[in-house]
Amino acid sequence: MSWINLRELAKKRSLFTSGHRLCAGCAAGIIGRLVMHSVPDPKHVVVVHATGCWEVAGTIFPYTAWAVPWIHNAFENAAATASGVELAFKALKDKGVVKKVPDIIVFGGDGGTVDIGLQSLSGAIERGHNFLYVLYDNNAYMNTGIQRSGATPRYAWTTTSQVGKVIPGKLEARKPIANIIAAHGNAYVATASPAYWRDLMEKARKGIEYKGPAFIHAISPCCRGWRFPPNMTIRVAKLAVETCAFPLWEYDPETREYKLSPPSLAIAKNPKLKKPIEEYLKLQGRFAHLFKPEKREDLIARIQEDVDKEWNQLLELCGIT
Amino acid sequence: MSEDLAKPGWKQIPIAGVPFKKATEYHTGDWRTFKPVIDQSKCTKCLTCWIFCPDDSIVWDGNTVQVDYRYCKGCGICAEMCPVKAITMVKEE
Ligand code: SF4
Ligand code: SF4
Repeated sequence: MSWINLRELAKKRSLFTSGHRLCAGCAAGIIGRLVMHSVPDPKHVVVVHATGCWEVAGTIFPYTAWAVPWIHNAFENAAATASGVELAFKALKDKGVVKKVPDIIVFGGDGGTVDIGLQSLSGAIERGHNFLYVLYDNNAYMNTGIQRSGATPRYAWTTTSQVGKVIPGKLEARKPIANIIAAHGNAYVATASPAYWRDLMEKARKGIEYKGPAFIHAISPCCRGWRFPPNMTIRVAKLAVETCAFPLWEYDPETREYKLSPPSLAIAKNPKLKKPIEEYLKLQGRFAHLFKPEKREDLIARIQEDVDKEWNQLLELCGIT
Repeated sequence: MSEDLAKPGWKQIPIAGVPFKKATEYHTGDWRTFKPVIDQSKCTKCLTCWIFCPDDSIVWDGNTVQVDYRYCKGCGICAEMCPVKAITMVKEE
Protein backbone atom coordinates (compact mmCIF):
# COMPACT_ATOMS: atom_id res chain seq x y z
CA MET A 1 0.00 0.00 0.00
CA SER A 2 1.21 3.36 -0.91
CA TRP A 3 1.37 6.02 1.79
CA ILE A 4 -0.86 8.19 -0.40
CA ASN A 5 -4.44 7.94 0.82
CA LEU A 6 -6.26 10.70 -1.00
CA ARG A 7 -9.31 10.91 1.23
CA GLU A 8 -7.13 11.39 4.32
CA LEU A 9 -4.53 13.59 2.63
CA ALA A 10 -7.17 15.98 1.25
CA LYS A 11 -8.38 16.79 4.75
CA LYS A 12 -5.09 18.59 5.33
CA ARG A 13 -4.47 22.11 4.09
CA SER A 14 -1.27 22.66 2.18
CA LEU A 15 1.97 23.88 3.76
CA PHE A 16 2.15 26.15 0.72
CA THR A 17 -1.06 27.98 1.50
CA SER A 18 -3.81 29.77 -0.34
CA GLY A 19 -3.37 33.49 -0.79
CA HIS A 20 -0.15 33.15 -2.78
CA ARG A 21 -0.01 35.32 -5.87
CA LEU A 22 1.03 32.94 -8.61
CA CYS A 23 -1.05 33.52 -11.74
CA ALA A 24 -4.37 31.68 -12.01
CA GLY A 25 -3.71 28.19 -13.32
CA CYS A 26 0.04 28.19 -12.56
CA ALA A 27 1.54 24.70 -12.39
CA ALA A 28 4.07 25.79 -9.76
CA GLY A 29 1.24 26.02 -7.25
CA ILE A 30 0.23 22.46 -8.05
CA ILE A 31 3.79 21.13 -7.90
CA GLY A 32 4.35 22.98 -4.62
CA ARG A 33 1.26 21.53 -3.03
CA LEU A 34 2.05 18.00 -4.19
CA VAL A 35 5.64 18.17 -2.96
CA MET A 36 4.68 19.70 0.38
CA HIS A 37 1.99 17.04 0.89
CA SER A 38 4.80 14.48 0.45
CA VAL A 39 6.80 15.80 3.40
CA PRO A 40 6.93 13.02 6.02
CA ASP A 41 7.12 15.35 9.02
CA PRO A 42 5.68 18.88 8.54
CA LYS A 43 7.33 20.00 11.79
CA HIS A 44 10.80 19.21 10.50
CA VAL A 45 11.18 20.80 7.12
CA VAL A 46 12.91 23.89 5.77
CA VAL A 47 12.19 25.30 2.33
CA VAL A 48 14.87 27.17 0.38
CA HIS A 49 13.91 29.20 -2.66
CA ALA A 50 15.97 30.43 -5.58
CA THR A 51 14.92 33.78 -7.00
CA GLY A 52 12.09 33.42 -9.48
CA CYS A 53 8.41 34.02 -10.10
CA TRP A 54 7.33 31.51 -7.47
CA GLU A 55 9.72 32.92 -4.86
CA VAL A 56 8.23 36.37 -5.40
CA ALA A 57 4.59 35.27 -5.66
CA GLY A 58 4.85 33.16 -2.52
CA THR A 59 6.22 35.91 -0.32
CA ILE A 60 4.97 39.33 -1.30
CA PHE A 61 5.89 41.47 1.69
CA PRO A 62 4.56 41.40 4.37
CA TYR A 63 2.79 38.14 3.49
CA THR A 64 4.14 34.62 3.21
CA ALA A 65 2.33 31.59 1.84
CA TRP A 66 4.85 29.25 3.50
CA ALA A 67 3.58 27.59 6.65
CA VAL A 68 7.10 26.25 7.28
CA PRO A 69 10.51 27.89 7.83
CA TRP A 70 11.54 29.36 4.52
CA ILE A 71 14.65 31.15 3.24
CA HIS A 72 15.43 33.00 0.05
CA ASN A 73 18.93 34.15 -0.75
CA ALA A 74 19.72 34.88 -4.40
CA PHE A 75 19.32 33.60 -7.92
CA GLU A 76 22.61 31.76 -8.13
CA ASN A 77 23.00 30.18 -4.74
CA ALA A 78 19.88 28.27 -3.67
CA ALA A 79 21.80 24.99 -3.45
CA ALA A 80 24.68 26.66 -1.60
CA THR A 81 22.17 28.17 0.84
CA ALA A 82 20.63 24.72 1.36
CA SER A 83 24.13 23.33 2.06
CA GLY A 84 24.58 26.00 4.71
CA VAL A 85 21.20 25.28 6.25
CA GLU A 86 22.10 21.60 6.52
CA LEU A 87 25.49 22.29 8.11
CA ALA A 88 24.02 24.85 10.52
CA PHE A 89 21.45 22.32 11.75
CA LYS A 90 24.15 19.66 12.04
CA ALA A 91 26.19 22.00 14.24
CA LEU A 92 23.13 22.83 16.35
CA LYS A 93 22.46 19.12 16.72
CA ASP A 94 26.03 18.46 17.83
CA LYS A 95 25.61 21.17 20.46
CA GLY A 96 22.35 19.62 21.62
CA VAL A 97 20.22 22.62 20.62
CA VAL A 98 18.05 20.65 18.19
CA LYS A 99 17.25 16.95 18.18
CA LYS A 100 17.34 16.37 14.46
CA VAL A 101 18.32 17.93 11.19
CA PRO A 102 15.15 18.84 9.25
CA ASP A 103 14.36 17.74 5.72
CA ILE A 104 15.51 20.45 3.33
CA ILE A 105 13.62 21.13 0.11
CA VAL A 106 14.84 23.61 -2.47
CA PHE A 107 12.62 25.04 -5.18
CA GLY A 108 14.18 26.73 -8.18
CA GLY A 109 12.96 27.67 -11.64
CA ASP A 110 14.80 26.87 -14.83
CA GLY A 111 16.56 30.24 -14.89
CA GLY A 112 17.80 29.72 -11.33
CA THR A 113 18.71 26.09 -11.91
CA VAL A 114 19.62 25.37 -15.51
CA ASP A 115 21.47 28.65 -16.02
CA ILE A 116 22.34 30.89 -13.11
CA GLY A 117 22.48 28.44 -10.21
CA LEU A 118 24.02 25.50 -12.04
CA GLN A 119 27.51 25.78 -10.57
CA SER A 120 26.35 26.08 -6.96
CA LEU A 121 23.95 23.17 -7.52
CA SER A 122 26.67 21.04 -9.06
CA GLY A 123 28.97 21.87 -6.14
CA ALA A 124 26.35 21.04 -3.52
CA ILE A 125 25.64 17.71 -5.20
CA GLU A 126 29.30 16.84 -5.48
CA ARG A 127 29.72 17.59 -1.75
CA GLY A 128 26.87 15.19 -1.09
CA HIS A 129 24.59 17.43 0.97
CA ASN A 130 21.30 15.95 2.03
CA PHE A 131 18.49 17.87 0.34
CA LEU A 132 15.82 17.56 -2.29
CA TYR A 133 16.11 20.10 -5.09
CA VAL A 134 12.93 20.55 -7.12
CA LEU A 135 13.32 22.31 -10.44
CA TYR A 136 9.98 23.65 -11.62
CA ASP A 137 10.71 24.14 -15.28
CA ASN A 138 8.48 26.67 -17.04
CA ASN A 139 10.95 26.91 -19.92
CA ALA A 140 11.90 30.59 -19.61
CA TYR A 141 12.55 33.55 -17.30
CA MET A 142 8.89 34.14 -16.55
CA ASN A 143 9.39 36.40 -13.55
CA THR A 144 10.99 39.13 -15.61
CA GLY A 145 8.71 38.67 -18.62
CA ILE A 146 9.30 35.51 -20.66
CA GLN A 147 12.97 35.70 -21.68
CA ARG A 148 14.61 32.61 -23.17
CA SER A 149 16.56 30.33 -20.85
CA GLY A 150 18.74 27.25 -21.26
CA ALA A 151 15.55 25.23 -20.79
CA THR A 152 13.52 26.91 -23.55
CA PRO A 153 12.80 24.36 -26.27
CA ARG A 154 13.71 24.89 -29.92
CA TYR A 155 11.44 27.22 -31.95
CA ALA A 156 9.56 28.52 -28.91
CA TRP A 157 8.69 32.19 -28.98
CA THR A 158 9.99 34.24 -26.06
CA THR A 159 10.53 37.99 -25.76
CA THR A 160 14.24 37.43 -26.42
CA SER A 161 13.79 34.82 -29.13
CA GLN A 162 11.27 36.63 -31.26
CA VAL A 163 9.44 35.19 -34.19
CA GLY A 164 9.91 37.01 -37.49
CA LYS A 165 11.39 36.85 -40.95
CA VAL A 166 14.87 36.08 -39.67
CA ILE A 167 14.29 33.47 -36.96
CA PRO A 168 11.33 31.25 -36.00
CA GLY A 169 11.77 31.58 -32.24
CA LYS A 170 14.67 30.10 -30.25
CA LEU A 171 17.10 28.32 -32.54
CA GLU A 172 18.91 26.22 -29.98
CA ALA A 173 17.88 23.03 -28.20
CA ARG A 174 17.30 22.92 -24.45
CA LYS A 175 19.92 21.71 -21.97
CA PRO A 176 19.37 18.15 -20.72
CA ILE A 177 19.51 19.26 -17.11
CA ALA A 178 18.27 16.06 -15.43
CA ASN A 179 20.89 14.03 -17.32
CA ILE A 180 23.56 16.54 -16.33
CA ILE A 181 22.63 16.12 -12.66
CA ALA A 182 22.41 12.32 -13.02
CA ALA A 183 25.92 12.35 -14.51
CA HIS A 184 27.22 13.43 -11.08
CA GLY A 185 26.53 9.79 -10.12
CA ASN A 186 25.68 10.33 -6.45
CA ALA A 187 22.22 11.89 -6.61
CA TYR A 188 18.74 10.44 -6.83
CA VAL A 189 17.30 12.04 -9.97
CA ALA A 190 13.78 11.93 -11.38
CA THR A 191 11.64 13.77 -13.88
CA ALA A 192 8.00 14.44 -13.04
CA SER A 193 4.84 16.02 -14.36
CA PRO A 194 2.06 17.36 -12.14
CA ALA A 195 -0.43 15.58 -14.44
CA TYR A 196 0.94 12.32 -13.03
CA TRP A 197 0.51 13.50 -9.47
CA ARG A 198 0.93 10.18 -7.71
CA ASP A 199 4.20 9.53 -9.53
CA LEU A 200 5.37 13.04 -8.61
CA MET A 201 4.50 12.59 -4.94
CA GLU A 202 6.19 9.22 -4.71
CA LYS A 203 9.33 10.66 -6.27
CA ALA A 204 9.24 13.65 -3.91
CA ARG A 205 8.99 11.34 -0.89
CA LYS A 206 11.82 9.18 -2.25
CA GLY A 207 13.96 12.25 -2.81
CA ILE A 208 13.32 13.56 0.68
CA GLU A 209 14.12 10.21 2.25
CA TYR A 210 17.23 9.57 0.17
CA LYS A 211 20.30 10.19 2.34
CA GLY A 212 22.16 12.48 0.02
CA PRO A 213 21.36 14.90 -2.77
CA ALA A 214 18.15 14.40 -4.73
CA PHE A 215 16.92 16.27 -7.77
CA ILE A 216 13.48 16.34 -9.36
CA HIS A 217 12.97 17.99 -12.71
CA ALA A 218 9.26 18.84 -12.89
CA ILE A 219 7.66 20.29 -15.97
CA SER A 220 5.67 23.37 -15.02
CA PRO A 221 3.43 24.63 -17.85
CA CYS A 222 3.04 28.43 -17.66
CA CYS A 223 -0.17 29.74 -19.18
CA ARG A 224 1.13 33.30 -19.55
CA GLY A 225 4.47 32.42 -21.09
CA TRP A 226 3.43 29.42 -23.14
CA ARG A 227 0.25 31.16 -24.26
CA PHE A 228 -2.54 28.72 -23.44
CA PRO A 229 -5.76 29.23 -21.45
CA PRO A 230 -5.23 28.71 -17.69
CA ASN A 231 -7.60 25.74 -17.46
CA MET A 232 -5.32 23.71 -19.80
CA THR A 233 -2.28 23.51 -17.50
CA ILE A 234 -2.69 19.84 -16.62
CA ARG A 235 -3.67 18.85 -20.17
CA VAL A 236 -0.43 20.42 -21.43
CA ALA A 237 1.59 18.74 -18.64
CA LYS A 238 0.06 15.40 -19.68
CA LEU A 239 0.68 15.84 -23.40
CA ALA A 240 4.33 16.64 -22.68
CA VAL A 241 4.64 13.10 -21.35
CA GLU A 242 2.40 11.44 -23.93
CA THR A 243 4.40 12.91 -26.81
CA CYS A 244 7.73 12.04 -25.11
CA ALA A 245 8.73 15.72 -25.16
CA PHE A 246 9.12 15.23 -21.41
CA PRO A 247 9.49 11.53 -20.58
CA LEU A 248 9.27 10.35 -16.97
CA TRP A 249 12.21 8.45 -15.53
CA GLU A 250 14.35 7.91 -12.44
CA TYR A 251 18.06 7.48 -11.83
CA ASP A 252 19.14 5.35 -8.91
CA PRO A 253 22.59 6.38 -7.65
CA GLU A 254 23.08 3.08 -5.81
CA THR A 255 22.73 0.87 -8.86
CA ARG A 256 23.65 3.67 -11.28
CA GLU A 257 20.66 2.68 -13.37
CA TYR A 258 18.09 4.67 -15.30
CA LYS A 259 14.50 3.44 -15.13
CA LEU A 260 11.42 4.60 -17.03
CA SER A 261 8.44 5.49 -14.84
CA PRO A 262 5.10 3.77 -15.56
CA PRO A 263 3.51 6.36 -17.93
CA SER A 264 6.62 6.44 -20.15
CA LEU A 265 7.29 2.72 -19.78
CA ALA A 266 3.84 2.05 -21.23
CA ILE A 267 4.84 4.05 -24.32
CA ALA A 268 8.17 2.22 -24.59
CA LYS A 269 6.35 -1.10 -24.52
CA ASN A 270 3.70 0.01 -26.99
CA PRO A 271 5.16 2.69 -29.28
CA LYS A 272 1.74 3.22 -30.86
CA LEU A 273 0.82 5.17 -27.74
CA LYS A 274 3.45 7.82 -28.51
CA LYS A 275 1.53 10.88 -29.72
CA PRO A 276 2.96 13.14 -32.44
CA ILE A 277 4.68 16.26 -31.05
CA GLU A 278 2.24 18.40 -33.03
CA GLU A 279 -0.48 17.67 -30.48
CA TYR A 280 1.65 19.22 -27.75
CA LEU A 281 2.77 22.18 -29.86
CA LYS A 282 -0.60 23.22 -31.22
CA LEU A 283 -2.07 23.85 -27.76
CA GLN A 284 0.51 26.56 -27.11
CA GLY A 285 0.58 30.05 -28.55
CA ARG A 286 4.37 30.18 -28.23
CA PHE A 287 4.43 27.71 -31.13
CA ALA A 288 1.59 29.35 -33.10
CA HIS A 289 4.01 30.44 -35.84
CA LEU A 290 4.55 26.76 -36.71
CA PHE A 291 0.90 26.53 -37.76
CA LYS A 292 0.02 29.92 -39.25
CA PRO A 293 0.00 31.80 -41.55
CA GLU A 294 1.18 28.53 -43.12
CA LYS A 295 2.01 25.22 -41.54
CA ARG A 296 5.78 24.82 -41.20
CA GLU A 297 6.07 21.07 -41.64
CA ASP A 298 9.86 21.41 -41.85
CA LEU A 299 10.16 23.02 -38.41
CA ILE A 300 7.68 20.64 -36.79
CA ALA A 301 9.62 17.72 -38.30
CA ARG A 302 12.82 19.12 -36.80
CA ILE A 303 11.24 19.25 -33.34
CA GLN A 304 9.92 15.70 -33.78
CA GLU A 305 13.45 14.64 -34.72
CA ASP A 306 14.82 16.20 -31.50
CA VAL A 307 12.17 14.42 -29.45
CA ASP A 308 12.78 11.06 -31.13
CA LYS A 309 16.53 11.33 -30.72
CA GLU A 310 16.30 12.13 -27.01
CA TRP A 311 13.66 9.46 -26.46
CA ASN A 312 15.80 6.80 -28.16
CA GLN A 313 18.81 7.85 -26.14
CA LEU A 314 16.75 7.52 -22.98
CA LEU A 315 15.50 4.07 -23.99
CA GLU A 316 19.11 3.04 -24.45
CA LEU A 317 20.06 4.42 -21.02
CA CYS A 318 17.17 2.43 -19.54
CA GLY A 319 18.34 -0.72 -21.28
CA ILE A 320 15.33 -0.90 -23.57
CA THR A 321 16.17 -1.48 -27.19
CA MET B 1 1.22 44.14 13.91
CA SER B 2 -1.17 45.66 11.41
CA GLU B 3 -1.32 48.98 13.33
CA ASP B 4 2.48 49.21 13.26
CA LEU B 5 2.34 48.67 9.56
CA ALA B 6 -0.06 51.50 8.91
CA LYS B 7 2.82 53.98 9.09
CA PRO B 8 6.00 51.96 8.95
CA GLY B 9 9.25 53.66 9.71
CA TRP B 10 12.44 51.84 8.82
CA LYS B 11 12.85 50.73 12.40
CA GLN B 12 9.58 48.85 12.26
CA ILE B 13 10.50 46.81 9.24
CA PRO B 14 11.65 43.33 10.33
CA ILE B 15 15.33 42.54 9.88
CA ALA B 16 16.24 41.00 6.53
CA GLY B 17 12.75 41.53 5.14
CA VAL B 18 10.99 38.76 7.02
CA PRO B 19 7.42 38.41 5.75
CA PHE B 20 5.39 38.06 8.93
CA LYS B 21 1.77 37.90 7.82
CA LYS B 22 0.01 34.81 6.61
CA ALA B 23 -0.87 34.90 2.93
CA THR B 24 -4.24 33.44 3.90
CA GLU B 25 -5.09 36.93 5.16
CA TYR B 26 -4.84 38.06 1.56
CA HIS B 27 -7.86 36.99 -0.46
CA THR B 28 -7.07 36.27 -4.09
CA GLY B 29 -10.72 35.41 -4.86
CA ASP B 30 -11.35 38.86 -6.30
CA TRP B 31 -9.09 38.03 -9.27
CA ARG B 32 -11.82 35.77 -10.56
CA THR B 33 -13.83 36.31 -13.76
CA PHE B 34 -15.45 32.86 -13.80
CA LYS B 35 -16.31 30.90 -10.72
CA PRO B 36 -16.40 27.10 -10.44
CA VAL B 37 -19.72 25.73 -9.24
CA ILE B 38 -19.87 22.09 -8.16
CA ASP B 39 -23.02 20.10 -8.89
CA GLN B 40 -23.14 18.03 -5.71
CA SER B 41 -25.53 15.52 -7.28
CA LYS B 42 -22.93 14.66 -9.93
CA CYS B 43 -19.80 14.80 -7.72
CA THR B 44 -18.34 11.35 -6.99
CA LYS B 45 -15.89 12.75 -4.42
CA CYS B 46 -12.93 11.47 -6.40
CA LEU B 47 -10.94 14.57 -5.31
CA THR B 48 -9.30 15.08 -8.70
CA CYS B 49 -10.15 18.77 -8.39
CA TRP B 50 -8.45 18.88 -4.98
CA ILE B 51 -5.26 17.41 -6.42
CA PHE B 52 -4.93 19.91 -9.24
CA CYS B 53 -6.12 23.19 -7.69
CA PRO B 54 -3.04 25.46 -7.65
CA ASP B 55 -4.58 27.60 -4.93
CA ASP B 56 -5.56 24.96 -2.38
CA SER B 57 -9.11 26.22 -2.84
CA ILE B 58 -10.93 22.89 -2.98
CA VAL B 59 -11.93 21.86 0.50
CA TRP B 60 -12.73 18.29 1.53
CA ASP B 61 -14.15 17.82 4.99
CA GLY B 62 -14.58 14.07 4.70
CA ASN B 63 -18.13 14.49 3.43
CA THR B 64 -18.45 17.03 0.65
CA VAL B 65 -16.20 18.78 -1.81
CA GLN B 66 -16.48 22.55 -1.76
CA VAL B 67 -14.78 25.60 -3.22
CA ASP B 68 -13.17 28.17 -0.95
CA TYR B 69 -14.15 31.29 -2.88
CA ARG B 70 -11.96 33.50 -0.72
CA TYR B 71 -8.93 32.24 -2.66
CA CYS B 72 -10.15 30.54 -5.87
CA LYS B 73 -8.74 32.50 -8.83
CA GLY B 74 -11.12 30.92 -11.34
CA CYS B 75 -8.47 29.21 -13.45
CA GLY B 76 -10.91 26.44 -14.42
CA ILE B 77 -8.46 23.54 -14.03
CA CYS B 78 -10.87 21.78 -11.65
CA ALA B 79 -13.71 22.00 -14.19
CA GLU B 80 -11.44 20.85 -17.04
CA MET B 81 -10.13 17.84 -15.10
CA CYS B 82 -13.27 16.67 -13.27
CA PRO B 83 -13.87 13.23 -14.76
CA VAL B 84 -17.68 13.46 -14.52
CA LYS B 85 -18.01 17.13 -15.51
CA ALA B 86 -19.56 18.05 -12.17
CA ILE B 87 -18.02 21.54 -12.22
CA THR B 88 -19.22 24.42 -14.41
CA MET B 89 -17.52 27.78 -14.74
CA VAL B 90 -20.07 30.54 -14.24
CA LYS B 91 -19.37 34.19 -15.07
CA GLU B 92 -19.08 36.38 -11.97
CA GLU B 93 -21.67 39.15 -11.72
S1 SF4 C 1 -13.24 16.26 -9.63
FE1 SF4 C 1 -15.47 16.41 -9.92
S2 SF4 C 1 -16.29 14.44 -9.17
FE2 SF4 C 1 -14.19 14.62 -8.42
S3 SF4 C 1 -14.41 15.51 -6.36
FE3 SF4 C 1 -14.08 17.21 -7.79
S4 SF4 C 1 -16.13 17.90 -8.38
FE4 SF4 C 1 -16.35 15.88 -7.44
S1 SF4 D 1 -11.05 27.43 -10.60
FE1 SF4 D 1 -8.85 27.05 -10.26
S2 SF4 D 1 -8.42 28.12 -8.32
FE2 SF4 D 1 -10.63 27.88 -8.44
S3 SF4 D 1 -11.05 25.99 -7.33
FE3 SF4 D 1 -10.87 25.46 -9.53
S4 SF4 D 1 -8.72 24.84 -9.75
FE4 SF4 D 1 -8.88 25.99 -7.81
